[in-house]
Amino acid sequence: MSDLQKLTIGKALNLGLRRAMEEDPKVLIMGEDVGKLGGVFRITDGLQKDFGEQRVLDTPLAESGIIGTAVGLAVRGFRPVCEIQFEGFIFPGFDQISSQLAKLHYRTQGKIKMPVVIRVPFGGGIGAVEHHSESPESLFAHIPGLKVVSISNAVDAYWGIQQAIRSDDPVLFFEPKRLYHSGALRAEIDVAGTPAQVFSSQVVREGTTATVVAYGPSVKVALDAAAAAEDEGKSLEVIDLRTLSPLDLGPVFESVRKTGRLIALSEAPSESSLTSEIAARVQQECFYSLEAPVLRVTGFDTPYPPAKLEEHYLPDLDRVLHAVDRSLAW
Amino acid sequence: MPSEQWTHPEPGDGPAAVAAQPSPEQVIAGLRATSEGGAELTQLLTPEGERVPSPQFDKYVDDIDAEALRGLYRDMVLVRRADREANAMQRQGQLGIWVPLLGQEAAQIGSGRALKANDMAFPSYREHGVAFTRGVDMKDLLGIFRCTDHSGWDYQRHGFHPYTIVIGNQVLNAAGYAMGQKFEGKVGDDDGEATIVYFGDGATSQGDVHEGFVWAAVYDAPLVFFCQNNQWAISEPTERQSRLPLYQRARGYGFPGIRVDGNDVLACLAVSRWALDECRHGNGPVLIEAFTYRMDAHTTTDDPTRYRLSDELEEWKLKDPIERVRAYLARGGYADQAFFDKIQDEADAFAADLREYTFNMPEPPPDRIFSNVYAEGNPVLEAQREEFLSYLDGFVSAGEH
Repeated sequence: MSDLQKLTIGKALNLGLRRAMEEDPKVLIMGEDVGKLGGVFRITDGLQKDFGEQRVLDTPLAESGIIGTAVGLAVRGFRPVCEIQFEGFIFPGFDQISSQLAKLHYRTQGKIKMPVVIRVPFGGGIGAVEHHSESPESLFAHIPGLKVVSISNAVDAYWGIQQAIRSDDPVLFFEPKRLYHSGALRAEIDVAGTPAQVFSSQVVREGTTATVVAYGPSVKVALDAAAAAEDEGKSLEVIDLRTLSPLDLGPVFESVRKTGRLIALSEAPSESSLTSEIAARVQQECFYSLEAPVLRVTGFDTPYPPAKLEEHYLPDLDRVLHAVDRSLAW
Repeated sequence: MPSEQWTHPEPGDGPAAVAAQPSPEQVIAGLRATSEGGAELTQLLTPEGERVPSPQFDKYVDDIDAEALRGLYRDMVLVRRADREANAMQRQGQLGIWVPLLGQEAAQIGSGRALKANDMAFPSYREHGVAFTRGVDMKDLLGIFRCTDHSGWDYQRHGFHPYTIVIGNQVLNAAGYAMGQKFEGKVGDDDGEATIVYFGDGATSQGDVHEGFVWAAVYDAPLVFFCQNNQWAISEPTERQSRLPLYQRARGYGFPGIRVDGNDVLACLAVSRWALDECRHGNGPVLIEAFTYRMDAHTTTDDPTRYRLSDELEEWKLKDPIERVRAYLARGGYADQAFFDKIQDEADAFAADLREYTFNMPEPPPDRIFSNVYAEGNPVLEAQREEFLSYLDGFVSAGEH
């Protein structure tokens, strides 16, 4: 039996959470305002009404508390899904994430599983005030014991959130908040279908001139750039990383061996970031295939600027095309 | 300022009641750990070994006859002996570090023996005595301090969570676990489950402990907060953590708080049983402040002579948790010298066994570095493991030639 529905990323997440809760009574949702309000982005809309206050917990206002109690609930056998309202508020919970969530499985030689998901809306482009538009994913990718993923489309949102919840490892699940309700990104999904595994890099557009690797909200920028490049007679291959830790760079290596050029794209500041890691690993693995240095198109190494400046801060289609030109000019 | 002289202002008392509260200097003077712990201290056995009746708590130790009390004495002697042996082994370079529990045996044995099999205990890193009561092999603890392992016991079988080194983290983890017990409907009658979490006076300054209080309170979690106020957080005294006796903080969160003589094993047992019972029946959480003293250093890297006077230690030695039980047993004719000698022999053998085990403790194979980072594996890590093993193999073959 199939049930095809055309869904935005936000709605796909909502239905993915709902299905996970229906399938496993140990799945809990916890966070600030996730109950009656349905979350500040309405991703958990209606879940408390249907599953009750004990499965969808409107928590006190403290991120360390949300994550620290999720750790304890996981020790007890639950599968908590925590929502952090905005990525800039995750830092009070950083200690619990890095000290306990990421390490208990290792510390106990596998006796304690940590099936906790932390959903983090991230990235800019919504015209918000400070702390509401950041990209801290590299900080978490640097911590052993965590899985870090990011989604860029509704199909991956639906299956990805379920895969994350089923995982016995803790998953930081970064969601591109400015795309939550994008009608243009609606996708047809068989919500009754067989669960799909989506945490691997994927070529989302084939090309031959150069490769652009991106994740989360930047995938749309890369695809838009590829469409524009086509008008200029350039064929860009676009790869959606989807998994940020562990990185699945096999498809990237393969693509670079074909195109000889790589642009690593991300909204995050560039220094010591995922794009740094990608550049390092690609030069190590594909040295003789590269026609030009790996170039990076990223946010600047500054705090996120006031939103009136974010159009300059955020990598856009033109900055990607400019990087392609620089690569080709080598 | 003896803290019993002041009462909390009640709603409607007005600003005058607040103004009538003691000055910070008075509070600090009252907090200072000279010895007394104030009139609010719950005690069943005096330092001289005399039984003090307690209308509220006697019923919780009705079953503790002479034999059971000898058992508690044995627990404390064995644990102290193991602690001293481990301390000595650190001095001999056999352990990387040791965290002494000397002086805190009653708090740990009393609270630990109050637990039932299905209860869960979340320790910090000094709870060797609690571990003992939970049936954790002390040898499995020593791996942590010989640095061969991070945690060597089955937490589920023993109902004893791994040690937590980051101060206060475990309080939130315990709150979550206790919420789980509540959600599963394991609370409400005599057969209910409860969780106990251990932390020190220093940890009460941590945000996680505050958040743990909040979470446990708003979700009615069956959680006993067991604060061992041993007066010192490394070199920082209790008055550096609070202007209020710690147990009184519970009131601000809306649950009961109680101060117990942490050197009185009987009182610790009784108060812990009461608190756990409250939790089992759905009346949790409860905060217990066990007023005790760390008679040794914070860890073997610490030097308490830099920050505290020997007078203080001498005063606390008079309140030794083991000696008062011994005095009570001897005075009442409940134990003779042969019994005490037998326990001492047993403790010596226990320590010798630990020593022998420690000296021969196997070291983990190098590639265990990579084991169990993830439950579901990680290809990047697997590649690192393979590369590392092949690198090590190179040395072996070089040596063979």
